[in-house]
Formats: sequence, C-alpha cells, structure tokens
Amino acid sequence: MNFRIEPERYELREGPAYDFSFDRRGFFKALGGGIVVVSLITRAEAQESGGGRARGRSMPQEIAAWLHIDQNGAVTVYTGKVEVGQNARTNITQAAAEELGAPVSAIEVVMGDTDRVPYDMGTFGSMTTPQMVPQIRKASAAARAMLPPGAWSSIDFASIAKQGTLLQAVTGDAKPKATSSWTVMGTSVPKVHGRDFVTGKHRYAADVKLPGMLYGRVLRPARFDATLGSLDKTAAEKVPGATIVQDGDFAGVVAPTPHAAAAALNALKAQWKSQPQTSSKTLFADLERNSAPESRSTHESGSIDQGLSAASHKLEADYTVAYIAHAPLEPRAAVAQWDADKLTVWTGTQRPFGVQSELAQAFHIPEQNVHVMMPDTGSGYGGKHTGEAAIEAARLAKGAGKPVKLVWTREEEFTWAYFRPAGVIKVRSGVDAEGRLTAWEFHNYNSGTSGIHTLYDVANQKIVFHASKYPLRQGSYRGLAATANHFAREVHMDELAAAAGIEPLEFRLRNLKDDRFKAVLHAAADRFGWGRRKPAAGTGFGIAGGFEKGSYVAACAEVQISPGQAPRVVRVVESFECGAVINPDQLRNQVEGSIIQGLGGALFEAIDFEDGKILNPRFSRYRVPRFQDVPQLDVVLVDRKDLPSAGAGETPIVTVAPAIANAIFAAGGQRLRAMPLVRSRINPTTSGGTAR
Amino acid sequence: MARNLELLVNGVQHSISAEPARTLLTVLRDELDLTGTKYGCGEGQCGACTVMIDGIATRSCQTGLSAAAGHKITTIEGLEQQGSLDPLQQAFLDVDAMQCAYCAPGMIMSGAALLAKNHNPTEAEIIQAMQGNMCRCGTYPRIVAAVRLAAAKSRRSVA
Ligand code: FES
Ligand code: FES
Repeated sequence: MNFRIEPERYELREGPAYDFSFDRRGFFKALGGGIVVVSLITRAEAQESGGGRARGRSMPQEIAAWLHIDQNGAVTVYTGKVEVGQNARTNITQAAAEELGAPVSAIEVVMGDTDRVPYDMGTFGSMTTPQMVPQIRKASAAARAMLPPGAWSSIDFASIAKQGTLLQAVTGDAKPKATSSWTVMGTSVPKVHGRDFVTGKHRYAADVKLPGMLYGRVLRPARFDATLGSLDKTAAEKVPGATIVQDGDFAGVVAPTPHAAAAALNALKAQWKSQPQTSSKTLFADLERNSAPESRSTHESGSIDQGLSAASHKLEADYTVAYIAHAPLEPRAAVAQWDADKLTVWTGTQRPFGVQSELAQAFHIPEQNVHVMMPDTGSGYGGKHTGEAAIEAARLAKGAGKPVKLVWTREEEFTWAYFRPAGVIKVRSGVDAEGRLTAWEFHNYNSGTSGIHTLYDVANQKIVFHASKYPLRQGSYRGLAATANHFAREVHMDELAAAAGIEPLEFRLRNLKDDRFKAVLHAAADRFGWGRRKPAAGTGFGIAGGFEKGSYVAACAEVQISPGQAPRVVRVVESFECGAVINPDQLRNQVEGSIIQGLGGALFEAIDFEDGKILNPRFSRYRVPRFQDVPQLDVVLVDRKDLPSAGAGETPIVTVAPAIANAIFAAGGQRLRAMPLVRSRINPTTSGGTAR
Repeated sequence: MARNLELLVNGVQHSISAEPARTLLTVLRDELDLTGTKYGCGEGQCGACTVMIDGIATRSCQTGLSAAAGHKITTIEGLEQQGSLDPLQQAFLDVDAMQCAYCAPGMIMSGAALLAKNHNPTEAEIIQAMQGNMCRCGTYPRIVAAVRLAAAKSRRSVA
C-alpha cells in the first residue's frame, strides 16, 4: 500500500530562509591540528530534514555532523541533536567509538550548541537513530581510514596533529561496519556522564549561574487570550532591588533573589481583558462541531458501502482522547545574557536552532547574533519544542541590563506550555463470516495523523483527518497522535473480534500480512502466556499491537477489577522491534519508561479547563504515575540485526492504553472508549518525606 | 526583612543573610549554588527537592529557613565521601536507574535516608517510602532495583 505521508501537522519544522557563505578553512583551523571529518548530506536531503534554508548559520546546511580528533587522540563529535533523557548522547558515543575503534572514554559529544554544531531541525520524531547515527558512523569510518592501522592506543596522534588540520568531507553512503562485527554498538554501554547526574554536578538550564545574574518572573494573564488593560506598578517598584519590565502585553519583574522577584510580581496590579471561552465539559462535541469536513490527508481505497454490505458483522463506535500535559519534571527554564546586540541563552529545548530563530525574530536581530546552548535537559517528551522561557528571559534581561534566570513554576508549566491534542475518533467497520475485515472507515478530529493508517489488510477503507478549531494551545507529544489512533483502532479491533466471536489475537493475525507486526504480537503473547494461562476471577487479559516511526510494538495487559474500585493493572508485557538494537539495556529502559508514562494517559491524566483557565495545573490535582502504579513489567526486545535501527523513544507508548482497555473489558468490565479510562482525582498519598 | 542565619550544610557552616520565610530549596540553590537539589513543583508533591535534615528525607521546598537552621542538612553534593560514591549513587549507575536524571538526586536522597534506617527494605517498603518521589520518565522499577542493590551490597560489605 502506498500512502501519501503527510508531515505530522503538529511538528514544527520551518527552517530559516537563506544560506550565506561559510569560511570552512577558517572555522576548522581554529580547532588546532588534527583530523576533521565533516559528514555531508545532499542539498535535497538537507531540505527534507528541514535544514534546507539555514540562513547565516555558522555552518552550511549540507553539514550533518562533524568530528575532530586532536593531538591527544581525544575525539569530539558535533551534532545538533540534543539529550533529553532518551540517551542520544550515549548512542552517538557508541557509534563513533565503534567505527573509530576508539574507547568510549575517548569520545565527547557536543550537542545542541548553535555556535558549534551544524544546523539541525530538532530532536523529535525518533529521527536521531535512523538519521543522525548513520551520519556519525560515516564520519567516524572516514576518520578511521585516515589513521594508521593498529590499536587506538598505539596511534601517534601528536605527529598527525603536527601536520595541521587534515580536513575531509564525506558524502553519500559510507560503508560502516557490518552489524555482525559490532563490539560497542549493540552492547549496554552505561549512560555517558552518569556520574555527574547521580552526584548532582550536572547543570541543567535552571542550574546555570552567571555573575550579577538576577531572577525573573513573568506576569501571567488571568485567562488565555487576554490583553493587558492596565498595570499599576507602584507597589511593585517599591520592592528593594526590583525592576519592572513592560512591553505591550508582556510584563515581568527582575530582582536579586527569587523571593524578591515573587514579592514584586505579587505587588503588580493588572487588569486583563478577555472573551468568554469554552470548557473541557463540552470539548468533544466542540471539536467535532468546529471541524473541517474533509482534508488533504484523506486516504480512500475501494468502497466503504460495498465493504459494509459484504459484512456479516458491522460496528460503529466513537472514541475520545483528552488533553494531557507533558509535565517534564524540569519545567521550562532559561538564562539569558546580552552583550550589546548579541544574545546568549541557556535553555532546555528539543530545538535549539528553532529557539535561535524565535529569539532572532522576537528581538529583530540576525540569527548569528543569537547563541543558544542546550545543557542535557530534564526531559521533554515532545513538550519542549518552543522557546517561550528563552524569549521571556531575554526580554527581562534586556530590560534589566543584567543576565536573568527565569524558571517557570509548575503551575506555569501546566498552563502556558502546550498540550497533547485532544481528539474524537469515529470508526465504522465490517467483518465477513470468516472474520476478515471488509470495511474500515476512520475519522480523526483534531488529535492528528500519526499512526492513523491501519496495517490490517482491508481493501475498502477511508481514513480522514479533520482539522478542528481547538480551544487550548496544542503541539507535539511523545508518539503524537499515534497513541490516540492506536487506542481507537486496537479497541475497535477488539470489539470486532468480540462481535465475530473470534479470539482477539487470532482475529488480528487473520487480518495481517505484515510479518514484522505478526512477530511482535507473537513475541508479546508468548511471553505473557496468552492462550495458555486462564485469568483469575475479576481479572482480564487484553492485547494490542501497532506500528509507528519505523518500529513495531505489541502489548499484553492483565487487569484486575473489583466493584467500587479503580481497575488495577497487574502486569504488562510489551514486545518491541526497532531493527538492529544499538544499546539493549537503554532500549529496555526507554520501553519501560514509555509503558509507565503511557499508564498515566491511559488511566488518569486529563487537563480540565474552563473559560480560559486550567483547573488542575498542579501535581496535587493532575495525577501522574508513581511507584505504586507500576505493574509487573516484562519487555521483550526483538532484535533484527538485518534491519536498520529505528528510534525507540516514542512508539512503545502507543499500545499501553488499548491493551488495558481491552483487558478491562475481558475482566467483565465496561467497554471503555475514552482516554483516560478511569478518571480518578484521588492522588495517592505522598508519604516518605516530611515538611517542616 | 533579611536576617542572619547559620546553616550547617554537608558539614560546612554557612552564614546566610536571607528572609526567614524563604525556603531551604532556594537558599541551597541560589545562595549556596548547591544546584543538585531540584525544583519540580514547589508543593511537596514531586520529591525533586529532597534533602536530609538530621537524616530524615525532607522536602526542601516545604521547609522554611528558620526551621532548617541549627540542624544537620545533607544534600546530594554531600553524599560522596572523598571521591567515593555513596552505595546508592553507585547502584543508580550500575542499573542505569535514570533517563533525564532530573529526579535522580531527590530519589537518591529519599532512598539513602530509607537505607540508613532500614538496611534491608522489602520492595513494598521501598515503594512506600518513595511514593512521594516522582519520575516522569518512568524509571521506577530501576530505582527500586537500585535501592535493593545498594542494600545488598552494604550487607555484604558489613558481613
Ligand atoms: S519541588 Fe519540592 S516536592 Fe516538588
Ligand atoms: S529520569 Fe527523568 S524524571 Fe526521572
């Protein structure tokens, strides 16, 4: 099947418009002697990856990554990708070490520093592994070929460096090592710089401290889409050391301590003007009512009407998915410093170059005047694509004439970031007497197109995404809409299996041709004991499978229900296949983490809003998974050494919710068609630490 | 009004001039530059700010300065002794009990406080003690494994 792939509408991927000259010799000479290898991609590839219009960058768009080996044999790899907990840094280190034949400790990776690394659109969409890792391997393999043969420790790097800067550019396909001869890739190298994290030495953006730095706070409107009517600064200005910064609807304060900044903020008296806004109570009806009838992304083959008339069982059902928050444990933070019209910013973002563009635009300065640095960050899950905190910190720093640190409060993070889009999904389907799909009609309102297509074999299908007028700021999220689309599809498949009287795994296999999909279903089912074990009374087993971003996943869940109590997820087995595995232990870690984060969206996470306000903008009102929520977990990695490696940070999340919903039904519970499945306001008591 | 206070942090006495209403968290981070202790929520819900006060795991975002003065405060920076890691720090590395690791300092402080009281906690006791620490990346099973590993190793070295 050949689907038109529509770029995910909630990914931000504009690059800037021009590409000016670059003094290649000069740039690399500054490094001192040694070997420099730049990995080039074609202009077309660069355009495809969003780098096609890299204006005034320190490096031209065709450079994907580069590395330098100095007189001591220290290797520095430069990439625009960033580390947000997905362990890209470790994987890239492994790739370089493997191809160079160097020890892991010889390699340092510079990531997401806009003055030093080549342009990169951003770290999202599980693209680091399939796109960046091959570039690093290519450059490293070429560098290895420039070195004398023999063990790394026997190489005389000093005499190589004496010859000056040996520069080479590699293009096209390199011939990296065969998977079968890997010694570093494919092994569980521990997290690079792990020691800095467990000792608290690593400085996240919020930990950066500059001489003379002040602390900022931003005045937030009482509601979304409000404009500032009036602002009385009198009392705030009396707070010792405080400066008030106002620019149109933006207002904020800076002060020598966070405490004084908070006092000044509280002393500001503002009047806001806003229009009445909708509420989460009417969200799903609103999304459907305010939607476009058809869209560019309609996919149609065969005839739904014919398919339905050939069916012996027909089904129609609606599914909903609530808005949820990323809630990264490190909220947005930035430190900004001006030097005349040059701006330096440290911030946690998945798109340092995107933030650089945003800053240049906001302050009407050229991009080359903006230097963005991204210290390894306290996660993002797709939630840190934008540069709000950076812009605000920079505006405050400009007003104060001093460097400023701005750390969003948890409430700000829950309110002024963006959310995973809510959605309504309507499915109409039919199966024949043999349990084969005859018709599949699938309409997604607002939540998005990722994972919208079915891998089940059905001739008559119509799949439509409907854009909608949406009430909250929405954007990327781990797995994007693939979670919503898999939830609707895999629950609906279960409903069809029940209608046709066919066992759910058998029903899926009967409608599948894709061998990789079948393999993960079998792998999860085998480990789980599907078909061999009988559920205890009040317990049910559910299964779900899926495909997204080059990888396949299946999950089996065991859930216990008892009257008057929230269902308890007892066990989850998930199988995952993303081609050749680069780091088994860290892959396992990612899959476990995805399952656990997925439990939140599946069971209890939902943003409540009303009239332009978020009603639950705190962890005490927005429940996320905790220790007690974790079921028995079993991850089965299907390692396909014969296939290229795909990313793994996202896809393992997509089957969690449908497997649980299907298990609840199997346990004798209701057929649940809304995520979250169990709306519980109860926040399990947070014991273990005292307050004084 | 700012007042002078004495704080004993990681064995070092500090004289601080600060408003007594300020939280221990911001003073550790912003005055003493001990940034291993993290802000995650400011309402006692996430545990990212956990330190030990007289050996007890405490949320520094909920602790006023005057309540902390005169007590023995230990932060993540104070766990390492002469370049060697606390067994729980080492166990976090051994089982890779982190992804973004933003929760790790608070987790380690909660876990170390538990291990100081209970040398051989069961899984249920670990979960109970650490329920107030949040890991948004979902590394909980590894954190439990790290606490158990540290406990097992310390038992072995004592034996
Ligand atoms: S910051 Fe103190 S508990 Fe979250
Ligand atoms: S590792 Fe990211 S919050 Fe725990």
